Amino acid sequence: MNKILTKLYRIIIVVFILILGVTFERTGLIELLSDPYEYPVIIELCIQHLYMVSLSMTFATIIGITAGILLTKQRFRKYAGVCMYIIGLGQTIPSLAVLALAMSFLGIGMKPAVFALTIYSILPIARNTLAGITAVPPELIDAGKGMGMSPMRILMEVELPNAMEVILTGFRIALIINIGTAALAYVIGAGGLGDLIFTGISLMQTDKLLAGAIPVTLLALFADFLTELLGCALVSKGLRLSR
Amino acid sequence: MSTLQFIMDNFSQVMYLCWEHIWIVGIALLIATPIGVALGIVITKHEKFASKVLNGANILMTIPSLALFGLMLPILSIFNMGLGKVPAVIALVFYSQLPIIRNTYTAIKNVPPALVDAGRGLGMSRWRLLRELEIPLATPVIIAGLRTAAVMNIGVAAIATYIGAGGLGVYIQQGIARVYPEMILAGAILVSLLAILVDGGMALLERIATPEGIRVQRKLSR
Amino acid sequence: MITYDSITKIYGKGNNAVTAIDDISFTIPKGEVVVFLGPSGCGKTTTLRLTNRLETLTRGNITIENQNIMDLDVVQLRQRLGYVIQAIGLFPNKTIAENIAVVPNLLRWDQARIKQRVDELLEITNLDPEQYRDRYPVELSGGQQQRVGVARGLAADPKILLMDEPFGAIDPINREEIQDEFLKLQSKLKKTVAFVSHDIHEAIKMGDRIAIFNQGKLVQYDTPEMILTQPKNKFVSDFVGADRALKVLGLMRVSGIINRKPKNIIQGADRAQAALHFLDTKESRYGIVLEKNKPIGFVTQKNLKYEEGPVRDVVEPYPIFISEKTTLRDVLSSMLMYSTPTFCVVDEDKNFIGTVTYNDIQKAVKASYADETENVENGVSS
Repeated sequence: MNKILTKLYRIIIVVFILILGVTFERTGLIELLSDPYEYPVIIELCIQHLYMVSLSMTFATIIGITAGILLTKQRFRKYAGVCMYIIGLGQTIPSLAVLALAMSFLGIGMKPAVFALTIYSILPIARNTLAGITAVPPELIDAGKGMGMSPMRILMEVELPNAMEVILTGFRIALIINIGTAALAYVIGAGGLGDLIFTGISLMQTDKLLAGAIPVTLLALFADFLTELLGCALVSKGLRLSR
Repeated sequence: MSTLQFIMDNFSQVMYLCWEHIWIVGIALLIATPIGVALGIVITKHEKFASKVLNGANILMTIPSLALFGLMLPILSIFNMGLGKVPAVIALVFYSQLPIIRNTYTAIKNVPPALVDAGRGLGMSRWRLLRELEIPLATPVIIAGLRTAAVMNIGVAAIATYIGAGGLGVYIQQGIARVYPEMILAGAILVSLLAILVDGGMALLERIATPEGIRVQRKLSR
Repeated sequence: MITYDSITKIYGKGNNAVTAIDDISFTIPKGEVVVFLGPSGCGKTTTLRLTNRLETLTRGNITIENQNIMDLDVVQLRQRLGYVIQAIGLFPNKTIAENIAVVPNLLRWDQARIKQRVDELLEITNLDPEQYRDRYPVELSGGQQQRVGVARGLAADPKILLMDEPFGAIDPINREEIQDEFLKLQSKLKKTVAFVSHDIHEAIKMGDRIAIFNQGKLVQYDTPEMILTQPKNKFVSDFVGADRALKVLGLMRVSGIINRKPKNIIQGADRAQAALHFLDTKESRYGIVLEKNKPIGFVTQKNLKYEEGPVRDVVEPYPIFISEKTTLRDVLSSMLMYSTPTFCVVDEDKNFIGTVTYNDIQKAVKASYADETENVENGVSS
């Protein structure tokens, strides 16, 4: 609970500063936002942005968690090191490059953008799933097995709940990077809030720039906060208490 | 491959852009490291600031890089430095703070207090302790933080092209604008290679910096 | 009951093969606690884990109630057996109630029955259900956690319990307590229990029978008394400990050797010289002084020699009294502490029942063990 309040506090401070900066600038942002021609565009770009993020995160989460779980099972354990290294390599590659590479092979628009975002978001989730499940104390698994729980039961009732906190951290990291990278997707023709930012920069129109930059920032901070809430819902109280 | 051809044809330009890219990242790290490490050391001594500082750095890193550029633009424009390498370096310095501060903090905190106690009991001065015990033990973790920061910075620097900072991102930007696939690929591949090389190099540095004793300890516990 | 029939367990292959268990056969009778005892690596835990198929047999058969465990579905088999481990293994993400309810849920009991059972089990392991039902393991102490672990093992009311050093992770003080509670429970529930331990004291206390393992072989399988008094070989007698005699005394009680009609009883009101004369005729250097059938102390011939008044004026009080249930070990300990070779046995109302002397104890020990493989110790002689 405390952590949530702190996060909220942080967000409020940043929002405050942002608003302060804006009003200080008198950059005409307010006019821009209230312009009936501009306003719907901004909303639409927001929606595009959210669309890219949610779609890619959904894919990345499913693939990432599944991969993470599979790599912990006996059969695939030897591939774990290699797999993690390869995926890790993928994350070392700068986000812009990933988008550019996706564009080279898949053309422009939302499709390559979502594809690139998915690939880019898989690593933190997969790596943390692997680490989280591996970190579950082996005696819990032994107790579960000894009591007659099937492997699937053990996964659902013991391994995943106990690994959830770590997995969520991976999810959070992936989500925040995702939102930031989605802002870049504009350059490969995918729209999103990056449109406003890039246009603002090249045309030296500060109001447009801020109209893009501030929502993206708010989005990222809000996503951080949301993940924290998710944690409260998904992570068992017993585990939170033992921190 | 035609991309390879492209790189060879424009070799001097490639080299220049590489150099530009490395320069930006290098300067940023040069500035960010002392600040980050110093802050990290300070908050180990003054716990109450620890969470605030770490939170602050966390927020900085949460802000998407492009947005950070965008936010700095109007402010720096006042000094006529809104575009170009300056905002790029400043943003990179901000971004590097979290990994460096956090790793420094964790590294020093993780030095077993029992060892510090033993050292003090033997009569080592505070300064000596820092120099002969805490820093050698903490260094590998700090370098790991630098590694994270370096790789991240290479990525952000690529984006910085769009605010006029130059670097390998130029190939990507220009390539898209001129619909020149070989250029795009060249840019993407080159910057990726740079990132992988730096990552590997820093991993090596990390290993070298790990005191022999710890390396053996890690090997045995495997 | 559980029957182990020529079981062998070999890990690895070829030159690296390790024989953990080598052709062991024995039977655990129904309703008894059998302790698997032995040093590290002797095969006791492996044997236990073979029973619920957490390990697989290389050769031989294990049958539970005449059913070969390989013929049963492994998951169902495990649900039928209670399993309690040293690391306790409570799931930190579940509440205490949810932890205990794991197997009943697997067996699909209805929720009302589960709730009732959970409360029942918490009661009998001395944890107030209202307080502990919805708590999380992290909120409980080690001792409490282990009680929950035992409750969890008993949840589905299995006829057989497998326990792997279940009290090992608890501090010695709590361990005593929880062992006592378990014994009380067992006397009511009469489960068939296989109990792994490396502690000879625990084995003697908890076991109806002890199976001693060494390097994969079953060395001796007997009741605690037999193991203490008739160890089969040097390994067993060494493992039991050089203080075997004392350990045996831990199993014997005053009621077994009490002398109810000692010859040297005198009354507090008797005159000193008459008492002295009386003791002379009985050839006893001291006398036990009673008043209204309650012992008040003792007198030696020396004390009485120059006295004229009643005996009670010179009586020396006994430091403590013992009851019929006191173990001989505790009696011996008191004798050493107070340098007194004789104690009086009393009932709840402090009435005199009889005496126990050091000689009585010595005779009892000698009578109970016959050991051909050891040299007779010179120190212990009567």
